[in-house]
Amino acid sequence: MGTIGLIAVNAFRESVRDKVLYNLVFFATLLIVASYLVGQLTAGQEAKIIKDLGLAAASLFGLLIAVFIGIGLVSKEVERRSVYSVLTKPMSRTQFLLGKYAGLALTLVVNLTVMTIAIYGVLAWMEWSSPANIKAAWEAPALDPALLKAILLIAMELLLVVAVALLFSTFSSPLLAASLTLGLYIVGHFNADLRNLEAVVDAPVLAAVAKGVYYALPNLAPFDVKAQVVHAQPVTLTYVTLTSLYAVGYIGALLALASVIFGRRDFK
Amino acid sequence: MSTARRAGLRLAPAWILIVASFAAAVGAQVWRDRQTPPPAPIERVLYLPDGGVVERLALSFDAILADVYWVRTVLHFGGVRRGDGPKRYELLQPLLDITTTLDPLFTVAYRYGAIFLAEPPPGGPGRPDDAIALLEKGLEASPGRWRYLQDIGFVKYWWKRDYEGAARAFKQASDVEGAPWWLSSMAAVTLAEGGDRRASRRLWLSLLENTEDDWLKQDAVRRLRQLDALDQIDQLEEIVAQYLATSPPTPYTWEDLIAAGALRAIPRDPDGVPYYLGPYTGRVDLGDESRLQPLPVEPLEARPMPST
Repeated sequence: MGTIGLIAVNAFRESVRDKVLYNLVFFATLLIVASYLVGQLTAGQEAKIIKDLGLAAASLFGLLIAVFIGIGLVSKEVERRSVYSVLTKPMSRTQFLLGKYAGLALTLVVNLTVMTIAIYGVLAWMEWSSPANIKAAWEAPALDPALLKAILLIAMELLLVVAVALLFSTFSSPLLAASLTLGLYIVGHFNADLRNLEAVVDAPVLAAVAKGVYYALPNLAPFDVKAQVVHAQPVTLTYVTLTSLYAVGYIGALLALASVIFGRRDFK
Repeated sequence: MSTARRAGLRLAPAWILIVASFAAAVGAQVWRDRQTPPPAPIERVLYLPDGGVVERLALSFDAILADVYWVRTVLHFGGVRRGDGPKRYELLQPLLDITTTLDPLFTVAYRYGAIFLAEPPPGGPGRPDDAIALLEKGLEASPGRWRYLQDIGFVKYWWKRDYEGAARAFKQASDVEGAPWWLSSMAAVTLAEGGDRRASRRLWLSLLENTEDDWLKQDAVRRLRQLDALDQIDQLEEIVAQYLATSPPTPYTWEDLIAAGALRAIPRDPDGVPYYLGPYTGRVDLGDESRLQPLPVEPLEARPMPST
């Protein structure tokens, strides 16, 4: 296993030791309790609501992990001064950073995989226990494989958020890094407004600047296809691939920038 | 004694204190609640009445928030309908608007919501225009959904008695690609026999046979039972009129008609609830307990001609 792999495995173990994966117990309980309750309250929309709830909870829990663990990846090591001993080992600062990123990415992927199994488990129970007349009104089958497209894009979005958190954690305090990451997450969901600014204001220069900002900031809204898959609307593979490629490119840029900043940082 | 056991014993007073303190707090609360009158029920309010604002604030959690608003809609409608308080459904339309703004593809919110909105008081707010507007909003989001046009036709036919409008909606629905063939015949029947009870029965039967949604099927069954009740009321009023023509003017009861041999038993509606008989007027209506209340108001031409 290479240096990056070793750091990644250690970062993953650390998150397990920090009981990060305990959120899965809460997630499973939430889904099971909700599956009992929704039948009483939602007039035949159990499958839709379990899908909505499962995807939203997976996205929200993942976001919290990505932000609050991501901002501590580097700053915690600096605070504990363990970064000094780590960096005396035969490894570059970039390898250290990439290893940390890969470790949290692994945590998120494991987390999301278990959540996906839990969602499909509850949906399988629903499919098995619901009478045919109720199932006939569902827009999509309970065990619709298209859900995986939404889950894949949630994973890509979370990996991008981790990269943002990691970047901020290389040069700022944990509190500031968390605020900036959450701020960028919110801005990322309103980003498309900047693209259409020229239709609202009659100022070509401002519109051009806004378009530039649109391309510079992460655009997170396209990662949200939860509603489409739940309503059995088509989400093409091309769309999923291009959105994932966007994430990969953006993550690459963020990690490179983080590496430059971290490489120049003076720990004295 | 083992170390673990010693540690457990050391913590025992702390656990006892925790449990005792909590029990004291809950006990004090129960005592206080008994001493003071219960607070007035919280007025139902929408903190964020604008669907657009809620949609912006929801970020990528708009679908799950739509579900939350949908559950609130169902609880509001069911709570007001079944509750003892005033039958005010003022939050129904805004809740449905927010739900469908957050999730524009939420088919059930449009279709059930239109039924909720169109239902006349006291079972609903009696706002067929809002029901049509909601379905038209659904059509904007999904122009290919012929079922929304079909539902618009039903609202216009059943609650607004706008037979031309209903026929137009059914025709538009039949023109949508993939729509079933029977919609065009529905349009023709509506136009030719609008307001006729047999035509109404045919429309609801076609909906019952062609919808997959269990809840909509139940609604169609209820409408068909209402039509049965209307037929039965007409027959009973004829029997009562014949009895009144030959008996002295006193308060009448079903028992009097049974004693006179006009009826064999107290008549019951299709849901099994006894019909009401006006003691002086001879008017027959559904009993107060009937779940078929309120019956649709029919135009005069829709009623069968009284027998001479």
